[in-house]
Amino acid sequence: MSTPMSILVLGLGNILLMDEGVGVRAMEAFDAAWSVPDHVSVVDGGTCGMDMLDLIASHKHLIAVDAVKTGAPPASLTVLRGDEVPAYFKGKLSPHQLGLSDLLASLRLQDEAPESVTVVGCVPMALGTGLMMSPEIEAVIPRMVTMIVEELARLGVTATPRI
Amino acid sequence: MAQRVVVDPVTRIEGHLRVDCEVDGGKVTNAWASGQMWRGIELILQGKDPRDAWVFAQRICGVCTTVHAITSVRAVENALKLEVPLNAQYIRNMIQGAHNVHDHIVHFYHLSALDFVDIVSALKADPAATAKLAQSISGWPKNSTQEFTTAQKKLQAFINSGQLGIFGSGYWGHPAMKLTPEANLMAASHYLQALDYQRRMNKVVAILGSKTPHIQNMAVGGVTNPINMDSQSTLTLEKLMYIKQLIDEVGDFITQVYIPDVAAIGAFYADWTQYGRGVVNYLSIPDMPLDTKGTTFALPAGYIDGGDLAKFTPIKDFHDPYFEKGVKESVKHSWYQGGKGPLHPYDGETIPNFTDWQDDGKYSWIKSPTFYDKRAQVGPLANVLGMYASGHQRTQFWVNAVLDAVSGHLGSKVGVDALHSTIGRHAARAVRCVVLHEELQNQWKLLMENIAKGDTKTFNKPVFPKGEIRGFGFHEAPRGMLSHWVVIENGKIKNYQAVVPTTWNAGPRDEDGNISAYEAALIDNPVAVADQPLEIIRTLHSFDPCLACAVHLTDTETKSHYQVKVV
Repeated sequence: MSTPMSILVLGLGNILLMDEGVGVRAMEAFDAAWSVPDHVSVVDGGTCGMDMLDLIASHKHLIAVDAVKTGAPPASLTVLRGDEVPAYFKGKLSPHQLGLSDLLASLRLQDEAPESVTVVGCVPMALGTGLMMSPEIEAVIPRMVTMIVEELARLGVTATPRI
Repeated sequence: MAQRVVVDPVTRIEGHLRVDCEVDGGKVTNAWASGQMWRGIELILQGKDPRDAWVFAQRICGVCTTVHAITSVRAVENALKLEVPLNAQYIRNMIQGAHNVHDHIVHFYHLSALDFVDIVSALKADPAATAKLAQSISGWPKNSTQEFTTAQKKLQAFINSGQLGIFGSGYWGHPAMKLTPEANLMAASHYLQALDYQRRMNKVVAILGSKTPHIQNMAVGGVTNPINMDSQSTLTLEKLMYIKQLIDEVGDFITQVYIPDVAAIGAFYADWTQYGRGVVNYLSIPDMPLDTKGTTFALPAGYIDGGDLAKFTPIKDFHDPYFEKGVKESVKHSWYQGGKGPLHPYDGETIPNFTDWQDDGKYSWIKSPTFYDKRAQVGPLANVLGMYASGHQRTQFWVNAVLDAVSGHLGSKVGVDALHSTIGRHAARAVRCVVLHEELQNQWKLLMENIAKGDTKTFNKPVFPKGEIRGFGFHEAPRGMLSHWVVIENGKIKNYQAVVPTTWNAGPRDEDGNISAYEAALIDNPVAVADQPLEIIRTLHSFDPCLACAVHLTDTETKSHYQVKVV
């Protein structure tokens, strides 16, 4: 069950569609390089929607790492917090594209939404079929990892480099 | 003068399901379903180790991950003629049962109920009158005035916050909305409760699969769950008892809330038994194997020709050539290079050839599968009718129970024929949900009994021969019959095709110009307001459309949901 300061670092995206998987890849890179205290969970959320409700509900703070579309050029990085995280459902016709916004809306209805939500995002370049990311996107993964570390620090958690 | 109505969702990347309808005199007269189903799995898997295919396959989709994992290992096992230990079959059966039950609850309440339920109208309901209505159809303890008052306040607060979220794109006040404010509040309140119950079901998947999202316990040859009643890191008695508790809790919700709600909404919208019939050749396959070879099944099924339950051919087992030889895919109207006629999945090709949209030519990324050269409908309705025709008693019991409840509301007899419709698909999904839930309880018992006998085996090691082998795996997934086809050469994947349920239902016209289940079901649908085609969406949602669900981005640029163009 949730501890007072439980934090979830959640990598989101589809690793089969090149840069779409940048969130998962950044989360994996963070997990490989940094260790965190027990009350921080680092999870590969992949492409799943509803399956993540329980996971998110059982944490106080959410740091989602994901591909985002902000209008900025590819490989641009961004941090969205609070109201900047769009909380609306998109497209009633695409019910199976439950994204983060939709999950958070469902959780709010149940009074189980996290106290704070941060999105560490990267604008993708290529979304073709493939397990590899574009080199330009690959290049910004270390910066995304740093952003995750900084975000944890903001929440009072010190990540320790793995030797 | 016919109008053309184009419903094109703008998803996070680009359109994925676009439907064009010609509307004349308030009715759909012609339809084209176009999808952008992601067909790249074969490219990713070529040259990979067949034992790893399921890991990638379960990332095709954002909703039905477990189903691709299970189907993928079955395809490789089929090619190897590899038996699967009983415990592994039971554990897989429980994962799929729990996943399907979860999926059906989510589909009805969270993905399609708002096509029939007006949330804004629910705010005007009298909670006491709502309780009276709800208690008249079910003994569910949460059908109380207090519960409905709380739900109404919650909805009001949510709507007042201006963050409509999940309710943002509803057609509130549309002339096709027919429920009373009380019926709307009842359904909306159950919508909130369903959020909680579907999660309990998902916990079962998480415990058995070691993780969700994306289960970790699949393996070619079985599952990786060690069974050891004394070790905390394995499937212990404590975990199995917790799973049992979760399964039981959800059962009451299905029988006392979901089933009565479907029957009530079905009766209110009885005219929707007249729409959405479409293709009535139904294809479904047996599932929940009860032996190591996959020759006997808890849930039988097969093919029904022309909607006639007497014209039923069973599909017997995991190796049945009747199924294996019957499937072909045409690309005549899809954006792929063709010219070879319909191809069997073992010989399938996926070479993109994009043209613009051509009504009489190519207009979709989806291929058109056929079964012995006929279009077929797959999904819960096909599966329920298949089980019904097979003489599966619990299916017959629940079909009759739901139809009797609807007949009671209407005061006139409603028969099995009503199921061939938009609202019938919802009823069939509810029936399938309860039948699967009962079987889930049964599979739990079988697993416990087998472990009690001292059998703890969960894995048979695969050995890959030199040369070429091929195999297919199928699974009755929430949206219908799913099959994976694999060709393996010297232990590496040479060709891989996933023929997914929505491909069967949402494909374009086939080699002979015959229309698909989606397209056919839309013909004659009423359309009251051309730029608010709620009725078109109702019929599409009854199939539980699932396309390109693998792509998702957080979009800060646009807040559009989908576009409706009337041209």
